[in-house]
Amino acid sequence: MSSTTTGTRPFLEVKDLTVRFETDDGIVQAVSNSSFAVERGKTLGIVGESGSGKSVTSLAVLGLHRTRSNAKVAGEIWLDDQELVTATDEDVRKLRGGKMAMIFQDPLSAMHPYYTVGAQIVEGYRVHHKGVSKKEARTRTIDMLARVGIPQPEKRFNEYGHQFSGGMRQRAMIAMALVNDPQLLIADEPTTALDVTVQAQILDLIRDLQDEFGSAVIMITHDLGVVAELADDVLVMYGGKIIERGPAADVFHEPQHPYTWGLLGSMPRLDRDVRDRLTPVKGTPPSLINLPDGCAFHPRCPYAGRNGNRSFTEVPELRGGVHAVACHLPAEEKRRIFHEEVAPNL
Amino acid sequence: MTDNLLEVSGLKMHFPITKGVFKRKVGAVRAVDGIDLAVKKGETLGLVGESGCGKSTTGRLMTRILEPTEGKVLFDGRDVSHVGQAGLRPLRRDVQMIFQDPYSSLNPRHTVGSIISAPLQIQNIPTPNGLKSAVQDLLKLVGLNPEHYNRYPHEFSGGQRQRIGIARALALRPKLIVADEPVSALDVSIQAQVVNLLDDLQREFDLTYVFIAHDLSVVRHISDRVAVMYLGRVVEIADREQLYKNPRHPYTVALMSAVPVPDPARRERAQRNRVLLTGDVPSPINPPSGCRFRTRCWKAQDICATEDPALIPRLEDPASHQTACHFPVTEDEVVAGRRPAGAQA
Repeated sequence: MSSTTTGTRPFLEVKDLTVRFETDDGIVQAVSNSSFAVERGKTLGIVGESGSGKSVTSLAVLGLHRTRSNAKVAGEIWLDDQELVTATDEDVRKLRGGKMAMIFQDPLSAMHPYYTVGAQIVEGYRVHHKGVSKKEARTRTIDMLARVGIPQPEKRFNEYGHQFSGGMRQRAMIAMALVNDPQLLIADEPTTALDVTVQAQILDLIRDLQDEFGSAVIMITHDLGVVAELADDVLVMYGGKIIERGPAADVFHEPQHPYTWGLLGSMPRLDRDVRDRLTPVKGTPPSLINLPDGCAFHPRCPYAGRNGNRSFTEVPELRGGVHAVACHLPAEEKRRIFHEEVAPNL
Repeated sequence: MTDNLLEVSGLKMHFPITKGVFKRKVGAVRAVDGIDLAVKKGETLGLVGESGCGKSTTGRLMTRILEPTEGKVLFDGRDVSHVGQAGLRPLRRDVQMIFQDPYSSLNPRHTVGSIISAPLQIQNIPTPNGLKSAVQDLLKLVGLNPEHYNRYPHEFSGGQRQRIGIARALALRPKLIVADEPVSALDVSIQAQVVNLLDDLQREFDLTYVFIAHDLSVVRHISDRVAVMYLGRVVEIADREQLYKNPRHPYTVALMSAVPVPDPARRERAQRNRVLLTGDVPSPINPPSGCRFRTRCWKAQDICATEDPALIPRLEDPASHQTACHFPVTEDEVVAGRRPAGAQA
């Protein structure tokens, strides 16, 4: 996860990504100064609540803000040694759906209701494979539908999105995303709308396909359980900033940011005894138009002000090596608070 | 008198499917198809299951928002299965509901004050210090600012709206609250705040809850007893600890093993022990014969197709732990830390 410029670049490297939207109510600071990297074959989990900037980050990687005149994207996005923020629309369009693809949360609204599922996948394939005949594309699509576990793919090819069940529709979405063998796959809450048993099937499928194709995966979710299942590395976002970043085992076992503690404290867990009370973060997330001064989390942080007034005035930098955290509390004190005050209540 | 606040027996709700100009009945969606349940005073009964299993319909029958096709709903010993408007009004004082979607369950054209005071006005409840102060007390109770009395729902966040819904449900000081997925639309940290609030209110007002949710971890946290539903039936019911430690029904086992555990160190074990169900839930229009789960069950045998298993205690379980299965999962199968024999990978 280092961002050194010497040697080869990671497969995907995002540096100081900032995304702003100008609206009538003011400037929305959707993502501020975010840096991270993902290697081939690895999975990065991005966790956060609504409005934390996790989806905007992924849309920026795909260049989907380009058509929105009120969006301002700054920073660098390197995909396989190609810079995307300054690239032309045409160049990004060639990559999108080809080298990088996305699985959306709501497969019903992500599919076109007028075209059959098969036709939509064929279209995506032929855009990136010029000169391929319709028949070949059809064969490829049916293969893909079978690969993601859709029974009777020849028949399902001619059906519409609404004729699929939720789980099957999500599988079809995955087939659509994978038809061009993407090397970067971004999944934005791919299982949130699904039942747990179907969720388990889909996560399994994503894991298998990643093993097979060696793609880099970015998994965006609010569910810490899903992240723990799949991710090698984890980013925790709050108020448009990365507040904690590190290998999954470190972030789950030695979380360092008070917000991460709050997220873990909010979850009842089946692998532990029942707690008398959950220990969530107090209050509500900030508005991205009016972010609090200093650390964006300070109004909800039980430890703000422990070290003078820095939390109220100074934005904490994301500091640390492999496991980095943006918090003014000294590392020693964080460790002590986590082990003595937080961990016993999880 | 028993200590059961609410009892349902043989409860069925079939929604007709009609065709043509004359609305000829061509079939029925058997959303709830024969349920017996009792809710004890002061307890929280959790109802879990996946989409389409009939848990919400069951909640709506318990509150008599729906009238059952068959079967009985007894509240406090009184049969309310088919009472009309006049008979329902006193029931509404005692039984209230909290809805899933805090956006569509509040009228956008009414202020918070009028939303919360509506039950008091409809029921002609005297408010000694005036309606406004009664509403403000309720707002304080659910952790909202009483000054916000005149605001409209859109001025609140999802979590705050859910608190408004809770205040409305509490206005009449009901005995039973049926909460249908009250936290599933909320962010994780807000979800936990609302769960804690429901906990506090239960202690303060001696409430009885029926808590309907698809999230097994939340249901485990809040419930005293849990009933698992599948395709319109209760397939297993037990005290919380008993159910989560010794699930008997293969469906319960599969459901629990599918919940992702937030601990990367246990990832591999969790995946190894996971029972992956194949296929989709069959249609409730034409449910399978015999045991309804048999089409997806790895333990199914011939008898499962012909004989509908009764919901009774199995193996050495206590009387309170009932399972509707011919071949309940034994402790060895579950505890040994491996996938139940024969289960599909």
